[in-house]
Amino acid sequence: MIRKILNNDLHGKIFLSLLFILTLYVALANLLIPPDHLLHVSTYTVTLLGKYLTYALLAIAVDLVWGYLGILSLGHGAFFALGGYVMGMYLMRQVGDRGVYGNPLLADFMVFLNWDSLPWFWLGFDQFWFAAIMIILVPGTLAFVFGWFAFRSRVTGVYLSIMTQAMTYALMLAFFRNEMGFGGNNGLTDFKDLLGFSLQSNSVRVGLFVSSALALALGYLCCRYIVNSKLGRVSIAVRDSETRVRFLGYQVDHFKLWIFTFSAVLAGIAGALYVPQVGIINPSEFSPINSIEIVVWVALGGRATLLGAILGALIVNYAKTYFTGAFPEIWLFALGGLFIAVTLLAPRGILGFFQKQDQQNPLKEVAEK
Amino acid sequence: MITLESFKRRDQVFKFLTDNDHHGIDTSKGDILYIEDLSVSFDGFKAIDNLNLYLREGELRCIIGPNGAGKTTLMDIITGKTRPNSGSVYLGQNINLLEYNESEIAQLGIGRKFQKPTVFEQHTVFENLELSMAGNKRVWHTLTAQLSGEDIDRIDEILLLAGLIEMKQLPAALLSHGQKQWLEIAMLVMQKPRLLLVDEPVSGMTHQEMEKTAELLNSLAGEHTVVVVEHDIDFVRSIASQVTVLHQGRVLAEGSMEQVQSNPAVVEVYLGE
Amino acid sequence: MYVIFIRSFVFLLLLFNLNQSIANGPEQAFKLLTSSSFDDKSIAIGLLAQTADATSYSLLNAMAQGYLYYVKKNNRFVLAKKQGIKFHMTDALTGEDLGLVSKRKVKKVSVNNKLRGQISTVISNFKLFHADASIRLIAVEKLMANASPKMLAQLQTIRLKESDPDVLDAIDIVTAFSQLESANPKHQLSAIEILDGHLNPSVLIQLKKMSSPGNNASVRLAAKKSVSNIDSKVSIFGHLETLFFGLSLGSILALAAIGLAITFGVMGVINMAHGELIMIGAYTTYVIQLLMPNHIGASLLVAIPAAFLVSALVGIIIERCVIRFLYGRPLETLLATFGISLFLQQAVRSIFSPLNRPVVSPEWMSGSLQINSLLSITYNRLYIFFFCLAIFALLYLIMTKTSLGLHVRAISQNRPMARAMGVRSQWVDVMTFGLGSGIAGVAGVALSQITNVGPNLGQAYIVDSFMVVVFGGVGNLWGTLISGLTLGIVGKFLEPETGAVLAKVLVLLFIILYIQKRPRGMFPQKGRAAE
Repeated sequence: MIRKILNNDLHGKIFLSLLFILTLYVALANLLIPPDHLLHVSTYTVTLLGKYLTYALLAIAVDLVWGYLGILSLGHGAFFALGGYVMGMYLMRQVGDRGVYGNPLLADFMVFLNWDSLPWFWLGFDQFWFAAIMIILVPGTLAFVFGWFAFRSRVTGVYLSIMTQAMTYALMLAFFRNEMGFGGNNGLTDFKDLLGFSLQSNSVRVGLFVSSALALALGYLCCRYIVNSKLGRVSIAVRDSETRVRFLGYQVDHFKLWIFTFSAVLAGIAGALYVPQVGIINPSEFSPINSIEIVVWVALGGRATLLGAILGALIVNYAKTYFTGAFPEIWLFALGGLFIAVTLLAPRGILGFFQKQDQQNPLKEVAEK
Repeated sequence: MITLESFKRRDQVFKFLTDNDHHGIDTSKGDILYIEDLSVSFDGFKAIDNLNLYLREGELRCIIGPNGAGKTTLMDIITGKTRPNSGSVYLGQNINLLEYNESEIAQLGIGRKFQKPTVFEQHTVFENLELSMAGNKRVWHTLTAQLSGEDIDRIDEILLLAGLIEMKQLPAALLSHGQKQWLEIAMLVMQKPRLLLVDEPVSGMTHQEMEKTAELLNSLAGEHTVVVVEHDIDFVRSIASQVTVLHQGRVLAEGSMEQVQSNPAVVEVYLGE
Repeated sequence: MYVIFIRSFVFLLLLFNLNQSIANGPEQAFKLLTSSSFDDKSIAIGLLAQTADATSYSLLNAMAQGYLYYVKKNNRFVLAKKQGIKFHMTDALTGEDLGLVSKRKVKKVSVNNKLRGQISTVISNFKLFHADASIRLIAVEKLMANASPKMLAQLQTIRLKESDPDVLDAIDIVTAFSQLESANPKHQLSAIEILDGHLNPSVLIQLKKMSSPGNNASVRLAAKKSVSNIDSKVSIFGHLETLFFGLSLGSILALAAIGLAITFGVMGVINMAHGELIMIGAYTTYVIQLLMPNHIGASLLVAIPAAFLVSALVGIIIERCVIRFLYGRPLETLLATFGISLFLQQAVRSIFSPLNRPVVSPEWMSGSLQINSLLSITYNRLYIFFFCLAIFALLYLIMTKTSLGLHVRAISQNRPMARAMGVRSQWVDVMTFGLGSGIAGVAGVALSQITNVGPNLGQAYIVDSFMVVVFGGVGNLWGTLISGLTLGIVGKFLEPETGAVLAKVLVLLFIILYIQKRPRGMFPQKGRAAE
């Protein structure tokens, strides 16, 4: 099956192999090689890499919907954050009576707000399987409902993008309120363990890292499958000439709806893997700038390539880690400059730049016949 | 309609259970398209004004008329892009086109070729035809669909017909204008429609290309019903059986090419003013 | 205290009947003031009260505050303010400056608390006779909940001579209020009638008391009716106030959004740096105030054109350096301008400071207009509202009367056609972007008066501006104005029910749903070319 999906995809094969090797190395280097050794990989690095990988998965989700379907979503961060909050709620329930206030049922912030019982929407989150289902359902449902309304009324282009931004902005405002029941502006944090395993332990962190790599690989394969299928071709056609596709008999709204929802679920899964590694989820994840940053990752790497999105995510986030550590003042200048440079100078991104070389050839062939 | 009588019949299945390709277009009376008292206005301007038109199944009809006569608007209404203010459009006896959206109307069996070629530039010629292929167009199906040998053969057949077989794997963006027009006609044919609406198929074509197009359209008529909107009188003469002249949103004249050309009202509209 | 009341008013009443003693009153009073007996001084105060003129007023005032003295030699009254070991004196009656005098030459007209109380009542009652009707009105209103029967009686006499209708009303109301507690239900009823609709809170309390059981039935009924009447008035004025705030917020939203509507409508450019252009305008105001610290009043008037120019300039630079290359690609422009917005924010943080900068409101903008006890309209918001309308009117004139406006409208409706007719679309684009950016700067000046000026100012308004533009429809001045006002009003009316944050969320949801129905906004661009 995998072989079939990767049939013509040399780059994909290379990528997955590299990912496999890297994951293996990092995992072993952290667990088996002693800390003072040169080749050791610190736990800090493991977590950092894991974080990058979840970002990469998020980037693929956006590429799917933007590069291949033409919907510039400026609110995908919302789906990421929702997945993260779901995981956060599960982890919060796992804390039990080890919180500051020692209440076995209520989280610290709830005790702080003088609540006496768990709100209804927190029920069930002490079970992992329930949380796992919710990770898919919550962002998925939001995307479905939003898409249902938006696509049916044929909102497209810039208007749609602004609507997605409004959506994530509204969610940010809502989640900042203490009354919402999700920890207010402090969010959810101070997690203890996942499925019984302590989040602080090395092996769990490595486990999460490996899971992120796995999720990324699977996500890539799913997206590649979609993109190579007729569904993918229809999507690209919708991106290029929506009305024409309608006149061919395709219910364009349905196509948009399902791909958008799938992409949101991917983003939610990425968020759910992100939170246990980072240890916190708060409403600023919903802020519009986060969502717009994702778009820059994809634009930098090259849209409609999937691998470009991964590349862009890794490069930009590495740069962010580096700059905010070494020259924090400059980071925003750099980021802003990156936006401008990519759109002006490299509209097809890094991978697009390399792809351009191939495109000249087909015409030559015909001319020579 | 399910009547008590129909419950008793043992030799027939309920009508709604039989679902053939085209939802059972009822052309028992010989006409495939009924347009009656159709009117639409945009911001006070009456684009279509009480238009009446009937299409016989299998005919090749040409619709001509000066600019602004309402030809493209008429096509927009039939294919569901624009909603009329009043009037009715029926496909066969039983299907009210005004109840459906563009995709559904396309699925019902009406195919349209646009004035400006709108092929998918980033897709190859082959893929353009693959996308147009008649069949199940639902989301899940497209995810799991595989091209059968038959499908590929059919596509190749049509590519041959349209003279595009050598460009099979080229992105459509690289085709010439005339080639794009044929690609679009080919896409139209792939849809296996019962009714073809062709909007200015030969604009920008050379004489040779025009001849070829005329041939193609003529061969399509009979099996399909074809409506062609065109300006080029020579081309119209070479294909048409019946001609309808539109003017200011109404039917000005109808008949064979000779009849229409000698109609004084038509002459005035085209030459006078 | 009561004793003093009686004393002073007995005297007043007596003196009312002794008109002829008015002329002698002051002299007698002066004599008594120099006495050391407090009783004498009390009488003197009473006599002075009778005169009801400004001099007596200031004398009594000075006396209560402790700087009324008299020269021992000639009993001349002086106002003395301490300067070192000597006193600076002015004649109490003529105001003549007498220079520095040694303390030993004068004696203080001393007062005790009783006298002070008497004086203060007398002074406020002076105002009952003041020449200026508005001062009389305030004096009467002060008596509302604490008028003694004697006072009430005096009021009746005053009423006979009163000519100003507002003061007359006030007197009636005060009288009626006292009647509310009367034993006679008839008086109570008539009092309720008089007080109907009056908005003073003490009236409401009293009426509520009277509508509780234990009172005469018909009185209760009347009281209840009156209470509900007042309540409905309270809610009406409450709504009016909300409406005012809504209009104010709406005008700000409209002002912030109009620049965006222009650039989007004409050029199809979504400028994510628009918020930062607003912020630049606000910072320009700050800088102007730094340069003109002594002329804050004029600073705003200077800031308006300055902010326009600065923001317009920045806008034009952005257009020439970035946006020009991205025409026809709205999504790319969105991203690039977002980068510019980050850039500008960080630049401001580095140049000024990440913290908010203080911007002062000039005097003519502070304070408020009091319509009644329930509704007061702050001047700054009022001015901003009219300012916004003025800007819109100006823009309307530009769009319809100038050739630039004509070209802009042509291009926004059909660019190729306009170019074919000789409109220099590039130049128009630059000017349009400059205009839109300049207006954003001007909006920033207005915003600096009511909100904190900091690097994040733009971010707070960018999403709202988008909403206004999307909701109102693009390329249309009216659409933006009405859209902004509507959103402001809707938001403010929701606020008391749901709280500010949830109100905002609901407004966003409302717009998202509205766009489903009308994807192009309330007033979309028409015509085939618009597609």
